[in-house]
Amino acid sequence: MLSIILILFCSLFFTGIILRTKSITSGRKGPGIMQPLRDVIRLFKKGAVYSETTSIIFQIAPAIYFSTVIMACLVIPFGSYKGIVSFDGDFIFFAYILALGKFFSIISAMDTGSSFEGMGASREALYSMFAEPAFFILIGSFALFTGKTSFNEIFSTLHLGSSITYMLGGMASFVMIMIALIENSRMPVDDPKTHLELTMIHEVMVLDNSGFDLGLILSAGYLKFAMYGAIIADFFIGGLSLMYALPLFLLIQTLFAVTVGMIESFMARFRMNHNPQFILVLSSVSFLIFLGVLLVLEKFI
Amino acid sequence: MALINVIIVILLLTIILILSVNTVSKGIITLSTTIIIGLSTSFIAFKALLTSSYEIVFSGTLLFGTVPVKIDALSAWFILTINFTIITGAVYGFNYMKKYRERKNDITLHCIAFILVHFALLGICSVQNGFIFLLLWEMMAISVFILVIFEHEKPDTIKAGVNYLVQSHISIVFLMLGFIYVAYKTQSYGFDAIADFSDHQSTLAGTALFLCFFAGFAIKAGFVPFHTWLPYAHPAAPTHVSGIMSGVVIKIGIYGILRMLILIKTDYTTIGYFILFVSIFTGIYGVMLATIQHDLKKLLAYHSIENIGIIGIGIGIGCIGLGATNKWMAILGFSGALLHTLNHSLFKSLLFYSTGNVLQAAHTVNMERLGGIIKKMPRTSILFLIAAIAICGLPPLNGFISEFLILGGLYNWLYSANLISLVTIVFSIGGLVLIGGLAILCFSKAFSIVFLGNARCIPPDEIHETGFWQLFPMYMTVSVMIIIGLFPSLFLDALQRPVNLFTHHIVFNMNLIKVGAIDSLQTFNLLFMGLFMFVLGLLLLKKLISNKKIIKTGPTWGCGYNPAGSKLQYTAASFVRSYSKLAKPLLDIEKKEVEIDEVFPSGKHYETDPYDKIERLLIDKPLKLINKIADLFLFLQNGKLQMYILYGIIFITAVLCLPLIIDKIIAILHFLNNL
Repeated sequence: MLSIILILFCSLFFTGIILRTKSITSGRKGPGIMQPLRDVIRLFKKGAVYSETTSIIFQIAPAIYFSTVIMACLVIPFGSYKGIVSFDGDFIFFAYILALGKFFSIISAMDTGSSFEGMGASREALYSMFAEPAFFILIGSFALFTGKTSFNEIFSTLHLGSSITYMLGGMASFVMIMIALIENSRMPVDDPKTHLELTMIHEVMVLDNSGFDLGLILSAGYLKFAMYGAIIADFFIGGLSLMYALPLFLLIQTLFAVTVGMIESFMARFRMNHNPQFILVLSSVSFLIFLGVLLVLEKFI
Repeated sequence: MALINVIIVILLLTIILILSVNTVSKGIITLSTTIIIGLSTSFIAFKALLTSSYEIVFSGTLLFGTVPVKIDALSAWFILTINFTIITGAVYGFNYMKKYRERKNDITLHCIAFILVHFALLGICSVQNGFIFLLLWEMMAISVFILVIFEHEKPDTIKAGVNYLVQSHISIVFLMLGFIYVAYKTQSYGFDAIADFSDHQSTLAGTALFLCFFAGFAIKAGFVPFHTWLPYAHPAAPTHVSGIMSGVVIKIGIYGILRMLILIKTDYTTIGYFILFVSIFTGIYGVMLATIQHDLKKLLAYHSIENIGIIGIGIGIGCIGLGATNKWMAILGFSGALLHTLNHSLFKSLLFYSTGNVLQAAHTVNMERLGGIIKKMPRTSILFLIAAIAICGLPPLNGFISEFLILGGLYNWLYSANLISLVTIVFSIGGLVLIGGLAILCFSKAFSIVFLGNARCIPPDEIHETGFWQLFPMYMTVSVMIIIGLFPSLFLDALQRPVNLFTHHIVFNMNLIKVGAIDSLQTFNLLFMGLFMFVLGLLLLKKLISNKKIIKTGPTWGCGYNPAGSKLQYTAASFVRSYSKLAKPLLDIEKKEVEIDEVFPSGKHYETDPYDKIERLLIDKPLKLINKIADLFLFLQNGKLQMYILYGIIFITAVLCLPLIIDKIIAILHFLNNL
């Protein structure tokens, strides 16, 4: 219960913090932290324009996309406090339910019959496909490390003791940040602020969405960020009591947002055909984590 | 005993009746016989699945001994799957074939073959005698061949049919080898003899015997590299036959493998690793090729290969669990495999049936010529969408449940693993997830190109939704899929007895970490209900809010350039372009491209033709070699009648003289010996 409230709370500010970091680093005054939220509220109040080409898929997809993100948030624990639901293999459910949302956002983009949106959809499908093994291998390593197979149990038994385990935690956070960036279509893989449709991925997929639907998609994006932030935080707050865990959680979320903002300020977007290589690197890093776990468990003879 | 006799009598009566009535009645008779046989055997199978197995023994002949017929829990599971798919297939086919009613003779043959396939499949699942098993296997192979070549006036169909026929006979050769070897050693064709025989042999001999059977069954199931017949046969057949072939005929190979696993006592760990690797390769290769197909039926055929791979991964995990006496792992692996067998037969037949509807309405299944069908055929489109979500293994449908079990088995293996198995696990998990990701890419392509957007070509006739009775079997299938998705524990309970056949001799080791993956299934119906409620709530909210707002429609945002409309849309080839560029070294895509060099270019063509690399390597090249050798003897076939008569005379003389010559040689040898 605690985790979902915290995720919802953090999602309110997350994108604001990213924008604020970007504006500070580039020396602009920039919008306030609450601006993304105000955008969403404004969108909820607006009417909508639908393309003549679209069908029912286009109408229901944003709602499904948003719901899948909420369902995924339900299984995320807060340290040793369970999420709303917790069961063995809940991380499988987590990844697959997000994939369901992605499937719908892809076909909803294709529903418009626009070649730009087709381009974005095809890229999104390809990149998230490559990101998936990294996530599963990462969680698999931690499952092996802790001997447990649910988010909550993994995180509450995860103790970062020796120096190797700190390295593992660091690498895991790296992989999770990168997965979060890919899943949210942010900078080195995709540039949300680009002005050319040919170079967009996620933004171009929602070109035709407007009003309530666009509001849902945007807020799902904010939620997704906070959700991945929560997972990263969970790597570190596992055994701690609430008094330390709570501030640490908020600190990590803020740090994560600032990191994303910094990456976006100081990095250029990769060339599209370099993206798959970059994403495959993630799987290799996860595999390294796996080997690290083997080392810690002394499975090597 | 009585029931089987009754079924055989009904079968014969039906065949006689079909021969003597008019076309419409042929269909009705086939349909009703299928339903009667299906329901009566399902009744027995239900009992066998839930309580005790059904067993009778026919007195056979001297040649093949007694014929025990036994329906145990494993047979029952497959019989129920077969009956469901065949009955829905028959109802669908009855409506689908209305367009072909003037082809009387073909329909007669088709109906008879259909009933024989059903009977043969049921027989294969229940008979316990190798000889009869092979007879039924042959009967199935030939009837399926007849079903496939329904449109025999097309050369491609005949070619695909013959390809299938040849390859399924290679499968029979392997099976015969296995059965006859055992019969030679034990003087019995009974399945018990196989079990006895493998008990008294070294594990190596058992493994060899199993591999022999595995090769035979793998051809039928479509494991890579034995899959090459499948992508030809499925598209060539009428759609309901493709659905049945993909749904149950290839599953009979899985049944065979599972049956042999129960019978042959062997080194389960080695076998498990072997099956696991073959299956991961099969799964990835199948889906990789499926993604680049632009013929919807061919795409689905390659997806069957992928799903056989997923089932195989489950079986592999189960076997390794048996070898390591890790009961939970074995249970998760085998239940995942068996449930996925059922699931795949459901969603794959549904996908084929929806494709059939599209084919009849638009007269093509080439994706590049389709588009925007959802507006004309909303029901078919939604059914296809549901099946697509299920086959991608996405929640809240049945595909997710079985993939969840298999992944659960893999994660459970982590705790009792050494270095080698750990690396295997990581690659298996990576492979399985990659298969899932590619399936999403593939089906988002298939669904959106065929059903969404604007039409890419003007169809020959106006496209209409299919009639209710053709959609009815599809609704039935979809409801079972949703029930499995929402109440998986129900089916897991039903799977207890079939899985127990494999795992009964493993004692529960309490030190093993208990897997809750099976318990987790109970939370799913709550979660999925929650998802439904949430989506509905959001849609309602949207409706409420937007009631007061202005909702407009307009053209799709074209970034300032909109005139070309439907021609500017993304195509199937462009949707997977970045993927096919990445996977280029592994694939075999033939491109025909014309360079544009004039200032005012005229219309140009661009063609891509995906081909199967393994087929080129394993089928085409050896065939070419054989042809080359055969060409050396071409001079013999010179078309002169005199020469042919001469060959005949030479042959007859040779046959007559051969014994004499051999006698002489023996005599000379004797003489030499005596010296």
